[in-house]
Amino acid sequence: MANALLHVEGLTRRFGGVIAADSVTLEISAGEVHAVIGPNGAGKSTLVGLLAGEVASQEGTIRYDGGDITRLPVYRRSRLGLARSFQISSLFPDFTALDNVALAVQAHQGHSFHFWRDARREYELRKPAQAALEHAGLADRAGVRVHRLSHGEQRQLEIAMALATQPRLLLLDEPMAGMGPEESAQMVAMLRRLKGSMTILLIEHDMEAVFALADRISVLVYGRVIACGRPEDVRADPAVRKAYLGEKESERHGRPNA
Amino acid sequence: MLYFIEQCLNGVQLGMLLFLLAAGLTLVFGIMDLVNLAHGSLYMLGAYFAATFAAVTGSFVAGLALAVAASLLMGMVLELVAIRRLYGRGHLDHVLGTFGLILFFNELVRLVWGPAGLTLPLPREMLTAVQIIPGVHYPIYRLVIILATLGVAALLYLVVMRSRLGMLIRAGASNREMVGALGINIKLLYTLVFGLGAALAGFAGVMQAPILTVQIGMGENILILAFVVIIIGGIGSIRGAFVAALIVGLIDTLGRAFLPDLLRVALSTNAAQTLGPALSAMSIYVLMAAILVFRPEGLFPAASR
Amino acid sequence: MTGQIDPPLDSPLVAASRFRLTAGMALPVLLVAALALIPVYAAVTSDTFAITLFTRVLILAIGAVSLNLIMGYGGMVSFGHAAYLGIGGYAVGVLAKEGIGSGFVQWPLAIAASALFALGVGALSLRTRGVYFIMITLAFAQMIYYVAIGLDRYGGDDGLTIYKRSTFGSLIDLNNKTLFYYLCFGLLLASIYFIARLTNSRFGLAIRGARSNDRRMRAIGFPTFRYRLVCFVIAGALCGLAGVLLANHTNFVSPALMHWTRSGDLIVMVVLGGLGSLFGPLIGAVTFLLLEEGLSRVTQYPDLILGPLLLLVAIYVNGGIEGLIEGRRLG
Repeated sequence: MANALLHVEGLTRRFGGVIAADSVTLEISAGEVHAVIGPNGAGKSTLVGLLAGEVASQEGTIRYDGGDITRLPVYRRSRLGLARSFQISSLFPDFTALDNVALAVQAHQGHSFHFWRDARREYELRKPAQAALEHAGLADRAGVRVHRLSHGEQRQLEIAMALATQPRLLLLDEPMAGMGPEESAQMVAMLRRLKGSMTILLIEHDMEAVFALADRISVLVYGRVIACGRPEDVRADPAVRKAYLGEKESERHGRPNA
Repeated sequence: MLYFIEQCLNGVQLGMLLFLLAAGLTLVFGIMDLVNLAHGSLYMLGAYFAATFAAVTGSFVAGLALAVAASLLMGMVLELVAIRRLYGRGHLDHVLGTFGLILFFNELVRLVWGPAGLTLPLPREMLTAVQIIPGVHYPIYRLVIILATLGVAALLYLVVMRSRLGMLIRAGASNREMVGALGINIKLLYTLVFGLGAALAGFAGVMQAPILTVQIGMGENILILAFVVIIIGGIGSIRGAFVAALIVGLIDTLGRAFLPDLLRVALSTNAAQTLGPALSAMSIYVLMAAILVFRPEGLFPAASR
Repeated sequence: MTGQIDPPLDSPLVAASRFRLTAGMALPVLLVAALALIPVYAAVTSDTFAITLFTRVLILAIGAVSLNLIMGYGGMVSFGHAAYLGIGGYAVGVLAKEGIGSGFVQWPLAIAASALFALGVGALSLRTRGVYFIMITLAFAQMIYYVAIGLDRYGGDDGLTIYKRSTFGSLIDLNNKTLFYYLCFGLLLASIYFIARLTNSRFGLAIRGARSNDRRMRAIGFPTFRYRLVCFVIAGALCGLAGVLLANHTNFVSPALMHWTRSGDLIVMVVLGGLGSLFGPLIGAVTFLLLEEGLSRVTQYPDLILGPLLLLVAIYVNGGIEGLIEGRRLG
């Protein structure tokens, strides 16, 4: 495939007797929104972990932008433009929203061995952070500490942080987890605005969002990719219907399981 | 060569004592997620109790039995009064709190028994050496230590692996909320586990008393060794503690016995004399550092917590 | 172009980088003022013991400040920090014994030695977290303690007397108690100021972020290990300076300086004062050392009270003394 930004080949990971990723092969081209769906336990979290670099693969390769990143540590992948958002918001609770995003900005401005200047007064950090918050609709919550933000605001901040690292490939791990229908719609609108300027790998349960956004969909069942193609084709695929879509009609709004 | 075998046996003996301490520590940490620095104090109290009870009853064995019982009791009381209020708090709070307990117990011992140490004499027969292999004479008592601690280790294994209490202990280590939800009296379980750890520590303290020491602060020195054992063996793993304890015991003993001489061969006498004792004390820390480089989780890591 | 985007008002540690008079600032200000006046008090009342006692307080406060950097801001609970007091002290002692009495040589070497040891210990220990880290730092400190005991040439277990304090030519005479007091006082304030700037710099935010959520830090692109290591080294070096001062103060250095209970004392000072607060370590050092001093005058068995007191603090107090005063909890 021309313009493949991410090329995953034969990625495998076992945990004891359980095979969480079974020779996963994926290709994502630049500018694409590629969704990965699958029933609970299909191995989606493991896949994200493998791509982000938190989990080491036992077999297979990951090629990003032409280079082999299979053995690269997490922070290096981020430096290369691979950003990741967490399914359960992973923020800095005792810092403000602005501080949170500013850290993401700081991470990508060279090294941090600067010991004297007050980083909270640094224009190069605060301006892009402020902009990222505006973009996420959180500008008026800039000075609020994270533990006082609402769940939805935290989810938005979660994405804003990933975006602040100016990624080329964005790994979104169930961004709509725990969101009500209105918030989900807002998130979908925001993601739609990103389409084209960024490549997105979207892991999601919320089928409305998936079909609204995805250019292509891969279906993961028991760690294996059983189908991959355009949304219409995947929807019609009998194997997919059988394994997944039939049970999932009731989860359209992606309400969390307790 | 014979000296080497003797030192090896000494190493095993030290290892077994360390195992008893490390087992108690790792049980408490594995099940209650509690860092107990005062574990060494329980070891010390065991020795002091034994010295007193043995002097009163005139019998070493009676002293031992009473001391272990007292340690068990002491452990449970301590858990009820102080330790249980630390559950669920951060490890730093545990460190701070149990550090306070160390200070308290050291001072208490000084108050009750005075600043000079005590002695725990053995029945005369125990002190004679016996020929175990042609040419190798080894003191009976040290053999007793090895066998007794092995016995206790076997007993511990049976309790943890084969008894109902042990099953609860292992379940509690994996998932304490679940065990509580099943209606098991978690509080009682914790008290028992802590008491068990205290009894093990007390027993170790009594056993080493006749050959090593009964003095204030003895707990801290060996506690750090026990920590090293746990680090090398892997936190939460009793099997790891056993293997690591033997390794640490052997390396420390053999290091102290042979390194100074080895160094004298390799370096000048002056350097060897300066560095010898220091380096031989360091040998287990070097081992620990090596483990940290190659296998930071330890040799037999239990499920990560 | 450096514009001014003001730090949000309820951002932590605003009080540190901008002067804001609140109730919480009153205690540190009063304390610093009181400490500045100790030599005056001593001169007036001819109580030279006060200077001796409070010099020690100032020096150990520097140690506590350095520990607070890694513990309070960095989230690394080190139970082996007293090792640096010893290394700094022994560097001075050893050099003095070997005929090198100049402070210009001793002090930089002592700090460098501390930094080097911290580098070694940190590189190994920082691969671990939580309980492991506590135990490992403890073990390494114990190791260096035994090394010191084994150094017969430098006194071994009995310790090493330092007959002459470090000389700085005509710059300053450390034998003058009052001058030495103010030197320590100045270095303490300088340390606190240094920490204030450090913790709000890019480096400081990286450290604090790593404490808050290390996983996320790595996910956004920070190689957190190296920042923690550098932080650890800085703390070790600063504590080495405290060791240098202590050796000069007592004209003596011994392995007991590095005993793990000394490391415990430092932890107590930091926690008592309030983890991760700027003046907390000073408040904690003053409180702890005065308490220790006071208790030992009242009873022959001070730890019978001190021990349970620490336990109570561990159980009931969140945020240390500073937290108590401000009525807030950290984080």
